[in-house]
Amino acid sequence: MLLLCITGLPLIFHHEIDDLLHAEVKPAEVAPGTPMADLDKLLANAMAKSPGQVPHFLIWDRDDPNAMFVSVGPTITANPVNNRLVRMDAHTGDYLDSPDVTGRFTYIMLKLHTDMFAGLPGKLFLGLMGILFCVAIISGIVVYAPSMRKLDFGSYRSHRPRIVRWLDVHNLAGILLVMWTVVVGFTGVINTWADLVLKMWQFGQLAEMTAQYKDREVPTKLTSLNSAVEVAAHAVPGMTPSFVAFPGTIFTSKSHYAVFLRGETPVTSRLLKPALIDAETGKLTDSRDMPWYVSTLFISQPLHFGDYGGMPLKILWAILDVLTIIVLGTGVYLWLRRRKTGVSTVRAIAQTSAVEAPLASS
Amino acid sequence: MQNHKTLWQIFAAPILIGVLSSIGLIAALVGDGWWDGISWLTLALPVLLYFFFVLRRRRVNS
Repeated sequence: MLLLCITGLPLIFHHEIDDLLHAEVKPAEVAPGTPMADLDKLLANAMAKSPGQVPHFLIWDRDDPNAMFVSVGPTITANPVNNRLVRMDAHTGDYLDSPDVTGRFTYIMLKLHTDMFAGLPGKLFLGLMGILFCVAIISGIVVYAPSMRKLDFGSYRSHRPRIVRWLDVHNLAGILLVMWTVVVGFTGVINTWADLVLKMWQFGQLAEMTAQYKDREVPTKLTSLNSAVEVAAHAVPGMTPSFVAFPGTIFTSKSHYAVFLRGETPVTSRLLKPALIDAETGKLTDSRDMPWYVSTLFISQPLHFGDYGGMPLKILWAILDVLTIIVLGTGVYLWLRRRKTGVSTVRAIAQTSAVEAPLASS
Repeated sequence: MQNHKTLWQIFAAPILIGVLSSIGLIAALVGDGWWDGISWLTLALPVLLYFFFVLRRRRVNS
């Protein structure tokens, strides 16, 4: 848990850290209202810079409307985890850069935080740790009651021995943060199930939507990407495109573009809605809201990342994370003390107060 | 010697803070602008209370 809290800390600011440590090519300055580049042209430019690669996804940059990414892999069936991101200018369609992010500090922190470089088993293991963390919080609430029976809320006995002070810090910070730690802990657990949720959706709703096309192969020549996005945006009014999955990738069938659209408020911008566009005819096949288990995953992401309320929220997230580290640290200390002495912390404190009481009265 | 507190006395303040934290966690999801502000205030509360309690006692006793 300490590892998760410590690696999570820089991840709150991963965007700012990357900006600071790694220079990137800036997209062209454009006047507001400048039309977007033709996506087919943009894609062609990206692929010209990526010999021997095929496009998997086209992604609109959430944080910078002037930039887009093309995610490319060696074959269409290759694991997209190892894909490279090619940054493109969203207005001119020109190539910007495609840095190798795998050596970056934030990437290493992310891997340690999500799967410890061990793939799905690593993720599920950390998920299990997250569940234990939630259980620990609940047991902490239960033992909070007896240890606070004689104390006012917010007691901090600063003149007492370290074990008492740290118990107070543990109780105080623990109970103050309890809602935040439960929410961040549990949404983190949900995030570790992302791969499983995706599989469920693939074999559930996606298979249903594309059932009649399941025997088709990947078309040798795809219809226009630009018009596929236009058809999708027209089919789902009021939503903007977030990313496109190319036919044959994990987010769609072998013969459909899947255009994922998002809303405009913080919460609806997380709830993606796919529109499947037939890549042989260019026509809309189907568009449905995601099932509840995918929506739950989408909603739990911002609640874990803390990236949905501007910089002040990120800073608060960081402070709350540091306080959680303190709760964990004092908790480990109290547990070790208890193991060493063989008596419970509460008993040890009762004994020290018994020793101190006569001294104080004399 | 103080009397033993009831469960309600022990958990009244934590429940209030917990409810405020939940409001804060959800507010910034619902909208921007004012909603973000509510979120910042309610989530800053436990942080401020922590420092208030820890620093207050130290000053009183030193």
